[in-house]
Amino acid sequence: MAYKIKASDCTVCGACEAECPNEAISFKKGTYVIDAAKCTECQGKFDAPQCAAVCPADCCVPA
Amino acid sequence: MNVISLDSIFALGEMKSQPAPEASGCTTSSCGSSDGPSDMAPEVWEKVKNHPCYSEEAHHYYARMHVAVAPACNIQCNYCNRKYDCANESRPGVVSEKLTADQAVRKVLAVAAEIPQLSVVGIAGPGDSLAAGAKNTLNTFDQLSQLAPDIKLCLSTNGLALPDYVHRLKATNIDHVTITINMVDPEVGQHIYPWIFHNHKRYTGIEASRILHERQMLGLEMLQEAGILAKINSVMIPGINDEHLIDVNREVKKRGAFLHNIMPLISDAAHGTHFGLTGQRGPTAQELKALQDKCEGDMKLMRHCRQCRADAVGLLGEDRGSEFTAEKVMLMDVDLDGAGFEKRETYREHVESERATRHASKAAAIAEVAHIAGEKPILVAVATKGGERINEHFGHAKEFQIYEVTAKGAKFVGHRRVDLYCEGGSGDEDGLETIINAINDCVAVFVAKIGGCPSKSLEAAGIEPVDSYAFEYIEESALAYYASYTERLGSGAIHEKIGADASIRQGAYTARRA
Repeated sequence: MAYKIKASDCTVCGACEAECPNEAISFKKGTYVIDAAKCTECQGKFDAPQCAAVCPADCCVPA
Repeated sequence: MNVISLDSIFALGEMKSQPAPEASGCTTSSCGSSDGPSDMAPEVWEKVKNHPCYSEEAHHYYARMHVAVAPACNIQCNYCNRKYDCANESRPGVVSEKLTADQAVRKVLAVAAEIPQLSVVGIAGPGDSLAAGAKNTLNTFDQLSQLAPDIKLCLSTNGLALPDYVHRLKATNIDHVTITINMVDPEVGQHIYPWIFHNHKRYTGIEASRILHERQMLGLEMLQEAGILAKINSVMIPGINDEHLIDVNREVKKRGAFLHNIMPLISDAAHGTHFGLTGQRGPTAQELKALQDKCEGDMKLMRHCRQCRADAVGLLGEDRGSEFTAEKVMLMDVDLDGAGFEKRETYREHVESERATRHASKAAAIAEVAHIAGEKPILVAVATKGGERINEHFGHAKEFQIYEVTAKGAKFVGHRRVDLYCEGGSGDEDGLETIINAINDCVAVFVAKIGGCPSKSLEAAGIEPVDSYAFEYIEESALAYYASYTERLGSGAIHEKIGADASIRQGAYTARRA
């Protein structure tokens, strides 16, 4: 259970990295990536996955 | 490196210090400038006099730069799509490269060493300067306030996160903040903002606009309390918030905003924005001016905004960003100990003495035309590259500044871009026709020089080309012209031009120096 970032749609704004409560998102090779091992889809913390809620390009989706 | 030559700014080339003049004799009512020292409290004038975005007068002398350290945003606007970046395009929200805080600091010091006119560093995105915890914005400001304390720091924001940071901004000595406020009624807002992200949640529809509105008003009130000058930017969107901006103007004025800047919507399908794709049009030049005139009461209205990129560098209306890319800045020998401070100081002293003389000279020019008080105002277009002088060749002008002239003075009321479209735009468009459309509401165009061919076309369009004031001051020349125009009109030598409107260039492009 984790989210991923569709690199082709990502604008590399970094809004997701700042919101992730698990520090699962990092900048690698020109784009942001989600570490599936750390991602909890924000369950137990927030109503919705924070990366998807803040993303202007709607490119954070279930893996 | 292509430095702006000071001689090109001051056509007469006097960089020597001049004796400080006596009191200028410019009184509140007689000074033609809409934002001179006589129009505001001394402590406010001190804050704005060197800020090109807060003082119309300052924008003739001082340069600004934006550093693009804030790519993340916390709201979506229907006029914005940051996926689109053409390096030749100039509009807010667009940048060529995003910078880390350290890269931004290096870039500022490199520019400050090269351009003594630099007085302001702003953070305007390309997202929101206070989104994502404002980390990069605050880091950049903290470093710059240590390394280049003579340079003013400012930022612009949509206001959603502003209440959380006002105290921190105050502590960092930031005394200018711009909030973009497009509505004070969520019913209107829902057509502009599809969603916001606030308190870990995405809100949509009317609720999103209600929260945004409340946060913007709270932020503005907190700025007022903290003694930080607030400028309000509003995007005029015909059919959505055009008349509503009068309400916005009233509400922000009530809460102590210093300056209101009403800008035309930039909308083009090629930008991929919601408004661009749905065919929402921007206002015409006269629609914009009519709304600005309605809002201009006891509050200042900004008319000289160039809606610049989030990484623009230089005087307003020019962009030298391409000379200072991260790659080029890395190769420059940047002096980290306040590079160029002395040059900037000398330039500022020069501007101060120049200005005092100017205020007196404007007052004298107004006295000269007192006998024609009450005549109809006219609009004139001016080709200038700064220093409040008519010092640009017609064919080299990337924009024309528009002045409204009456016997009370020549007032700056706007600018019209005429630079060429980049590839992808309609590049085959006739350049001269573009210029005539852009300044068609003017009766004359003041230039340093102009060729015979364009002169004939301008005359045919009812725009008199005037090169007899070459290298003279704009306002004094405009008043002298107004006297001659009024006299010729009275004698029947010329006829009044009625009902001509002008078009605002959509998605206009960056002014680049040849």
